[in-house]
Amino acid sequence: MSIQVILAQALLGLNAGVFYAMLSLGLAVIFGLLNIINFAHGAMYMLGAFIALVGYSYLDQWFGIGLEVGFWPSLILAPLVVGGLGILIERTMLKRLYKLDHIYGLLLTFGITLILQGLFSNYFNVSGTPYPGQPDALSGVVNLGFMYFPTYRLFAIVFSLVVCFTTWYFIEHTKLGSRLRAGVENPQLTQAFGLNVPLMITLTFGFGCGLAGLAGVLAAPIYSVSPLMGADLIIVVFAVVVIGGMGSIMGAILSGLALGLVEGLTKVIYPPAASTVIFFLMVLVLLFRPAGLFGKEK
Amino acid sequence: MMNRVLFIFMLIAGMTAPFYAYPVFVMDLLCFALFACAFNLLLGYAGLLSFGHAAFFGGAAYIAGHVIKAWGFPPLAGILTGTVFAMVLGAAFGYLAIRRQGIYFAMVTLALAQIIYFMALQLPFTGGENGLQGIPRGQLLGFLDLGNPLIMYYFVFVIFLIGFGLIYRTIHSPFGEVLQAIRENEDRALSLGYDVDRFKLLAFVISATLAGLAGATKAVVFQFASLTTAHWQTSGEVILMTLVGGLGTVFGPVVGAITVAALSHELGSFGSWVQVILGTIFVVCVLVFRRGIIGELERVTRKR
Repeated sequence: MSIQVILAQALLGLNAGVFYAMLSLGLAVIFGLLNIINFAHGAMYMLGAFIALVGYSYLDQWFGIGLEVGFWPSLILAPLVVGGLGILIERTMLKRLYKLDHIYGLLLTFGITLILQGLFSNYFNVSGTPYPGQPDALSGVVNLGFMYFPTYRLFAIVFSLVVCFTTWYFIEHTKLGSRLRAGVENPQLTQAFGLNVPLMITLTFGFGCGLAGLAGVLAAPIYSVSPLMGADLIIVVFAVVVIGGMGSIMGAILSGLALGLVEGLTKVIYPPAASTVIFFLMVLVLLFRPAGLFGKEK
Repeated sequence: MMNRVLFIFMLIAGMTAPFYAYPVFVMDLLCFALFACAFNLLLGYAGLLSFGHAAFFGGAAYIAGHVIKAWGFPPLAGILTGTVFAMVLGAAFGYLAIRRQGIYFAMVTLALAQIIYFMALQLPFTGGENGLQGIPRGQLLGFLDLGNPLIMYYFVFVIFLIGFGLIYRTIHSPFGEVLQAIRENEDRALSLGYDVDRFKLLAFVISATLAGLAGATKAVVFQFASLTTAHWQTSGEVILMTLVGGLGTVFGPVVGAITVAALSHELGSFGSWVQVILGTIFVVCVLVFRRGIIGELERVTRKR
């Protein structure tokens, strides 16, 4: 097996890893403040990809007004729409569950997942539709010295990393971020200091969902867009979150990247295990470090 | 009092069902009802949300189907083999999952169950996406032909009653009381000297075993172990059944299973809309109907 093949798979794995990182980051941010796990995170990712697809391929076909939303506008529009939907869900439904056991939040978002997935399965091909809107500027391949790599995939990796680390910087090193962390640490006390914690919760949920939508747009040109694309991904991301522990933002990002890499390399070494390797790693982590690699024992 | 009335009603309805309803459909309901009761033991009484119960249900179905079809096991031995498999799997999953609490517990069980799903998809004997087909029903105890729908039906009904009885006994035993104490306040149960983890693990194993019994029986009924039985959506469906019927009530899961299964059956021709409707029921139950059908009924009868 040549070193080129391994490096190529490692990069492709990293490509999957940035999506894991973005989704687990969103889950961790939401979990920190709301104490719920958003099962619908996968559906939000799927929704992001569909907004890009519909904007590019179907708007004109459906309404015949010559309207076409390209990749770049989608990159801004989709996270806003998905984040807005998240805010709507938080304001109208999740808000009512905060006093109850946290499992109800998971169950509610599971129901929302079924609704979204079912709706899209009605109108779109379950086996996937390719997204043709990849911008020309990002087509072709780049020479990395040791191999040729598709330009778009490289762009997706770099762009996602920038988003992840900007989010980390924002939360850990800005004033607004410190207020957010205060809200995570002790909501009552933070509220007593005059900060609007309910508003912070709403915006955080919207932001987390928006991140998932953004990941969906970025994924659209790489994977085919399907109503089921989020559901299978979210379970892997859950395992990533269990492995990393949700104690730290950086932990969520790094474990996402690392596990994507491991998965990519497994595809070269022993392909049949590629779909389960992350789950087996989760078993190992549970056996030897139950709180997760970056987690704190509570 | 209400439980006694419901039990007699269930007994009569179960005995007479094959004479006015399609037996295979009722058998399907019974399997799901047992599955939901087993799940309810865990969530309703021990407060543990497993999002991976499809692994036991589906896993046992595949194992039972395989040993009957390929190794020529008689049906009862096949079902028992599947059930024992679910028990062992439950012990392993439970051991891992109870290391994390609350919301993590749900995520861990979901991820673990996904391993079984991929195995059911990839292992050579499972038939991949088509599922394990052509499982013979065979002879029960060597002389009762399960090819006869009535004999098959009463066999399934007896299995259901045994499983239901076991769960009823478990809930109303000192062990069940401790489980409920753990559900209400884990730290307090711990401080009273109960080995909380052992109780949780045992509850998990019992629940997994009976879920396996339901799955293995279903495989014999349909002569088919399908990939959907091991899919995470089945885990979600059993949660919905329990929630609709009433969490932590004895008869809730039975009522919920009948409601949800009948609904999916009736709406079968609407394709993906079934998912949308089930999702909507989920949302409505969580938001405004958390007691479920039996839970609400109990509240109304108690008020009088």
